[in-house]
Amino acid sequence: MRHILSVIVENEPGVLSRVAGLFSGRGFNIESLNVGPTLDPGVSVMTIATEGDEQIIEQIVKQLRKLITVIKVVDLTDLKSVLRELLLLKVNANDTNRAEILRIVDIFRCKVVDVSIDELTIEATGNHEKINAILGLLTRFGVKEISRSGMVAMKRSLQV
Amino acid sequence: MELTGAQILLECLKREGVEVIFGFPGGAVIDIYNELPNTSLRHILVRHEQAAIHAADGFARASGKVGCCLVTSGPGATNTVTGIATAYMDSIPVVILTGQVPTPLIGNDAFQEVDIVGITRPCTKHNYLVKDVRDLAHVIRQAFYLARSGRPGPVLVDLPKDVMQVKTKFVWPEDVKMRSYNPNVKPHAGQIKKVAQLIRDAERPIIYAGGGVITSQGHEALTWLAQNLHIPVTATLMGLGCFPGKDRLWLGMLGMHGTYAANMAVNNADLVLAVGARFDDRVTGKVSTFAPMAKLVHIDIDPTSIQKNVSVHVPLVSDCRLALEALKEELTPSLAEYDFETGHLPWVSKVRAWAKEHPLSYQPSETTIKPQSVVEKLHELTRGEAVICTEVGQHQMWAAQFYTFNEPNCFLSSGGLGTMGYGFPAAIGAQFARPDKMVIDIAGDGSIQMNIQELATSVCNNLGVKIVILNNGYLGMVRQWQELFYKKNYCSTCMDAQPDFVKLAEAYGAKGFRISDPKDLERVLKQALDTPGTVIVDVRVEREENVYPMVPAGASLTDMLLV
Ligand SMILES: Cc1ncc(C[n+]2csc(CCOP(=O)(O)OP(=O)(O)O)c2C)c(N)n1
Ligand SMILES: [Mg+2]
Repeated sequence: MRHILSVIVENEPGVLSRVAGLFSGRGFNIESLNVGPTLDPGVSVMTIATEGDEQIIEQIVKQLRKLITVIKVVDLTDLKSVLRELLLLKVNANDTNRAEILRIVDIFRCKVVDVSIDELTIEATGNHEKINAILGLLTRFGVKEISRSGMVAMKRSLQV
Repeated sequence: MELTGAQILLECLKREGVEVIFGFPGGAVIDIYNELPNTSLRHILVRHEQAAIHAADGFARASGKVGCCLVTSGPGATNTVTGIATAYMDSIPVVILTGQVPTPLIGNDAFQEVDIVGITRPCTKHNYLVKDVRDLAHVIRQAFYLARSGRPGPVLVDLPKDVMQVKTKFVWPEDVKMRSYNPNVKPHAGQIKKVAQLIRDAERPIIYAGGGVITSQGHEALTWLAQNLHIPVTATLMGLGCFPGKDRLWLGMLGMHGTYAANMAVNNADLVLAVGARFDDRVTGKVSTFAPMAKLVHIDIDPTSIQKNVSVHVPLVSDCRLALEALKEELTPSLAEYDFETGHLPWVSKVRAWAKEHPLSYQPSETTIKPQSVVEKLHELTRGEAVICTEVGQHQMWAAQFYTFNEPNCFLSSGGLGTMGYGFPAAIGAQFARPDKMVIDIAGDGSIQMNIQELATSVCNNLGVKIVILNNGYLGMVRQWQELFYKKNYCSTCMDAQPDFVKLAEAYGAKGFRISDPKDLERVLKQALDTPGTVIVDVRVEREENVYPMVPAGASLTDMLLV
């Protein structure tokens, strides 16, 4: 099963390599990893999407906690949370299909961020499933390039 | 007062209680060496940096304190990596100080530059690169704190040359606070009650003890529990000495080369109390068949050890000594209500019967020296009171099997990594920790050649370390596997081209003895142990003797090959 871990770490050199090294060294899988600053300049947050059965996820969480530079690990999978990814996508577009593409952009509340005679660049945000759905719908027009961020996440205020 | 980085470093070491430091100089650490004579620190110059880290490790294992070593950048640093990994696998507290090129040169492939922090990230508990002299005292304080607390381990501190040269005001950090590190050391009261109840209910309990009992100094509490509740005890290689070997409840080591009784007992137990052990594959054999009838209780300070290799019924994250003492307190009132002795009598008798049925044994010989008999003789001659170090191989297993240990911190062996070349430098470190004790390295003819250069270190420090080589002219343990599982294809394991160890000892200024006839064994061994200073005894033993019992890799513990 896919788990989303929010990992609060000391903001210092080498911390990313400690976390990445832990995953590679122990044969754990990283689906995506995102690092960014927090309100506290001494602290960064990593959002890691990973796969594994319960026993593996338990090991991953414990091993992360054991790293000296890791302050806190939360498995967001069991919590109510907001999960978002950003997608940039360049798709072929000509006079016959441009309108159709723009309709999809509209339905998914995406944005066109760059246009040329034969291409459109689209920006989309959403959870993993929504991003996959957009990709799926645009494939038939000829997707030339994509760039996807890892996930960012936040626990919802009310956990009911 | 303003001090240089080098002065601050040495002042911090002194305040951390370091007395001996094992090291080897070079360009990046000259500034530190330049200050050393102005301190009370004793520096021991080794002949290879691998020996510096093993000696620091041996010092730590024998003393229970943090060991410390100092090496230069680049090759000096990389030479310590095997020793760091050795200490990491066995959870030994050591602080490794490495020189580094000056900070402006870092990243430029400067002369003797290596990213030792990057290299050792996966085999240290933590590591640091000190870029600002104002961080130095804090980092050293944290390094020692991390090394010795929680599950101990090696911590490396990389020290650029310019950081050692600049001056700053020295402030000793009175305490260490780390928001990201809080080892959980106290046992959970509810879990203790649960474990105590399992113990009261068990008919066939067994204690499976590991190195954590020794690290935490939990041996007394463990011995109390075993003896008062009449629970048989087995231990891993790392746990030897945590329970008196002469006690009738002692079963010997378990696992691949464990005793018949220990492996049978684990297999038939209804409760296994794993204390400070980690269910290593050399111990469990085929995991799915390990202790099939038992409820498993796992006490360990490291949460990652628990539920890693096997799923246990009651996990208990705690310092082992504190948990064992809490169990003692919880169970003391039960001694009046329960008759544990009678209750466990059928079980203890059964276990004793297994021990009688297949004790550790070997075919004696009149003509060739049996390696096991050498270990037995050493035990006899030292009354079991020596500190025994080993290299890795058959001799290591015979040392573990036939030298009965009664005290903790007296068996020093590379358990997790299995590092040939560990024993002799570790013995040097141990001798500094325990000048009062006889320190013996039980060695193989292959392994001893991996750090033989340390004869110089041992001789020039007038150390009384005794090296007893069980010389079979083979990389014996590998040969044994080739014999049993590879149709006797003895490829690259015959080591009959070897130095004359007696002359080698003499060349270094040590004493050398050779024993080939069983009739001379006791006399010459005694003479060697009585000889002051560093001594090598080259004992020519039966060449193709095998270590038994043996559980083939991946088989169940009950599938033992016996003598
Ligand atoms: C550094 C290192 N290299 C290789 C091995 C693999 N190995 C394990 S035991 C062994 C044989 C050791 O021979 P010796 O020291 O003569 O001991 P014996 O088994 O003959 O008692 C070898 C090569 C190892 N454990 N460590
Ligand atoms: Mg040999």
